[in-house]
Amino acid sequence: MRRFQSRLIDGSMSVVFAFVAVLTVILLLGIFLFLVFNAVRALQTIPLQDILLSANWNPVSYTKPVWGILALALGTLIIVLLSLLVAFPLGLLTAIYLSEIASVRSREILKPLIEMIAGVPSVVLGLLGLLFLAPILANIFQLSNGLNALTASMLVAIVTMPSIASLCEDSLSELPRGLRDASFALGAGRASTIIHVLLPAAKSGIAGAAMLGLGRAIGETMIVLMVAGNSLSVPRSLFDAVRPMTATIAIEIKEAVTGSMHWSALFVIGLILFLLTLGLNIIVDILVRRRIHT
Amino acid sequence: MRPSRVFVFVFVTALLSGCATPTASVVPVDSAGTSVVIQGSDTEVQMVANLAEAFTADHPEADMSVTGGGSAVGIAALINGVADIANSSRQMTEEEVALAAERDIDVQEFIVARDGLAVVTHPSNPMKELSLEQIGTIYDGTITNWKDVGGPDAPIVLYGRQSTSGTFGFFRDVVVKADYSRDMRQMEGTQAIVDAVVADKNGIGYVGVGYIKDQSANDTPTLNVLLVRSGESEGASPLDREAVLSGKYPIARAIYQYMPSLPAKDSLAHQFLLFEASEAGQALVEESGFYPMTVEDAAQNKVLFDAIQ
Amino acid sequence: MKRHTPDRLFLNLCRLAAFLCVSILLAVLILLIIAGGSVITWSFLTQTWQHQAIESGGIAQAIVGSAIVGIGVVLLSFPLGLGTAIYLTEYSRENIPKRLIELAIRNLAGVPSVVIGLFGLAFFVHGLKFGSSLLAAIATLSIMTLPWIIAASVEALQSVPRKFRDSSFALGATRWQTIHRIVLPAGLQGCLTGAIISMARAMGETAPIIMVGATFYLTGFPHSLSDRFLALPYHTFILATQHAHPQAQSYAAGSALVLMMLTFLLSSVAIGIRYRIRTRKVW
Repeated sequence: MRRFQSRLIDGSMSVVFAFVAVLTVILLLGIFLFLVFNAVRALQTIPLQDILLSANWNPVSYTKPVWGILALALGTLIIVLLSLLVAFPLGLLTAIYLSEIASVRSREILKPLIEMIAGVPSVVLGLLGLLFLAPILANIFQLSNGLNALTASMLVAIVTMPSIASLCEDSLSELPRGLRDASFALGAGRASTIIHVLLPAAKSGIAGAAMLGLGRAIGETMIVLMVAGNSLSVPRSLFDAVRPMTATIAIEIKEAVTGSMHWSALFVIGLILFLLTLGLNIIVDILVRRRIHT
Repeated sequence: MRPSRVFVFVFVTALLSGCATPTASVVPVDSAGTSVVIQGSDTEVQMVANLAEAFTADHPEADMSVTGGGSAVGIAALINGVADIANSSRQMTEEEVALAAERDIDVQEFIVARDGLAVVTHPSNPMKELSLEQIGTIYDGTITNWKDVGGPDAPIVLYGRQSTSGTFGFFRDVVVKADYSRDMRQMEGTQAIVDAVVADKNGIGYVGVGYIKDQSANDTPTLNVLLVRSGESEGASPLDREAVLSGKYPIARAIYQYMPSLPAKDSLAHQFLLFEASEAGQALVEESGFYPMTVEDAAQNKVLFDAIQ
Repeated sequence: MKRHTPDRLFLNLCRLAAFLCVSILLAVLILLIIAGGSVITWSFLTQTWQHQAIESGGIAQAIVGSAIVGIGVVLLSFPLGLGTAIYLTEYSRENIPKRLIELAIRNLAGVPSVVIGLFGLAFFVHGLKFGSSLLAAIATLSIMTLPWIIAASVEALQSVPRKFRDSSFALGATRWQTIHRIVLPAGLQGCLTGAIISMARAMGETAPIIMVGATFYLTGFPHSLSDRFLALPYHTFILATQHAHPQAQSYAAGSALVLMMLTFLLSSVAIGIRYRIRTRKVW
């Protein structure tokens, strides 16, 4: 009897756990469906090229509302590229240090510290950008105002860097010891080993890290909300004020009446962001056969 | 059972159960009870928060929450049914009122204060006065250099609000009369505009007079408040109470609050409106940097109060 | 020697990079203290927000709001996350459903916070009619923390040696008995570290709560889950960008500092537990 009871419980528990696990799939699907459901009104009414190819975003226009997201997308692009330009080398070199150069004790201390950077809320970085970085950069570059793509990118680089460093470090430390030993045996120095042997061996992991950083930078909202300058024009230089897609959603969603065209158009932007990060994640999956990583 | 069969079974069950619609509504907007949710204009948020604070001092059972976000946010919240009072620094448009009516919302208008919208520049900027038309052409992007309006040879950096803002809408409809230049930097709130123009020697911005009321008292002002002239009359300052209330200052406006229906007699919302219209309330309005309502405003409000009785 | 110089250069470059990272962290902390340290007093931490005279009020409501959100999020997402992790490590085989779930988890982790906020707004606030409330915020943020908790729990459970399970099965225990008597107790500390770190990160999120329930002025404290609430990150944001008081930005920095301290405290607890596991647990 006891045996039967415990087998019954065992059977039911496995159902429960499977059910819970499936929840994540349902959640992701649900998010996608909700985005589509709310975006469909705009997608059906506004011609696609007016959305994707027009640089005029003016939902509450004096004359006629226009829904072109090109300027917003370019804003996202310029910030993402600029921040990756800084975060990727920084993250990679730090990862190399952690994995190949640091002593065990240094690594024990440094790894958590770098993780803590990931824990800094982006609103805090935005605040520090407002208070310190923007005036400093305005001074250095003789600008009248430090709220622009450059300032925002530097701060976004700070939030992006820990994920890149973490994934690169994992990729490097997973490489078999034999690689290093063989390289040293052939007489190569540490730096040559790293550059010519290890990095190429870990290249898919490193590329994956870059993609992950890209996704993180695309999704950053608070920093760009506070320091990117919020101008709707197409960015022509690093020093222009921009308004990326994420900031647009965060700013305008609250003034949109549920179900209105404005509401729907913002969901279109949300859908685009969702698909972008989904696509990047799939690429990372292909590149890096990794265990569940954040 | 094999886990994969379990998986299929569970997946299907989950999908089917997900189709069930939830019944109870968790949060009805409680306009008859002890909580008042106020949302909307950033121009008004400080003032209304001050008023709410003073009101709760006398009515400790009252549960008030005041959030900014912009007039359009408040109006949307009103139409979406999640706010009891919407602060708006511009009048609701006919389309908005109609949309509300479609959702069985009978919009009620209340005027709580008057405001002058100041146009500000950096203290180092020698410009002292501009005409309404000039400001309009600056903000729609036609004029891009200070020298075209008689100032130094420097590019004009435009600061304004975001489309969520009633001030954005009001300034556009009354001054710019066209779409804003795309280069205008859309700041999150009036304070952000103030901070930006204080730091930017080529900047120009528009701010509610409450945010700059300390300027005239300052020996070393951090902002330069432009005189605005309209038509043939001489330039007036938004800090000049008479000019604002009489209409001589051309960028003057009423500050509104909207309700989704006639507040119940003696409900918290009703009492709060009475408090705002009272002497104590209006004194607080002035302290918060606005101008008190005019006689005509009070008359319009009286119609509302009479309807409640 | 010539051959060693480029070597040394590269190695030093890497050291420099690591050093830069640490200095960024320190700089953030130091700058915050400079900007906001002066406003942190006991009354600042314990008083409710006084709108007209912000020097006399405090951020108690924001602290409480953030705490409720953090705790609520963990209460909601920890069981679900742990359950998923248990399924993945103990029950599932290397088949398509498992790959699908893992794919879903990784992608969920990558969804931008503002998109999750959009979903929360459409689904919890309007769809399920939670309204702009603590409940909606907790539910929305739980979506974000779920993947983090799953990742940490999977790692913790996988580190429990196989031989534990094998011995248990050999003795005739069912899978569930093995899990709840052997594997879970052994791995729980690791799972909790994940939960604590996720709580810290959820408390720092701003974009989703802007969209689903945070407010700036509130009489008293929230009484129920359907109330609006104050939260530290939103409070910081508003003070930094929209408040007219000349000291507003110092108070913003003060709120941010309190938020950072809370985050650091939680992270240190988590790291401490993790260190203890690493050094004490010998199996």
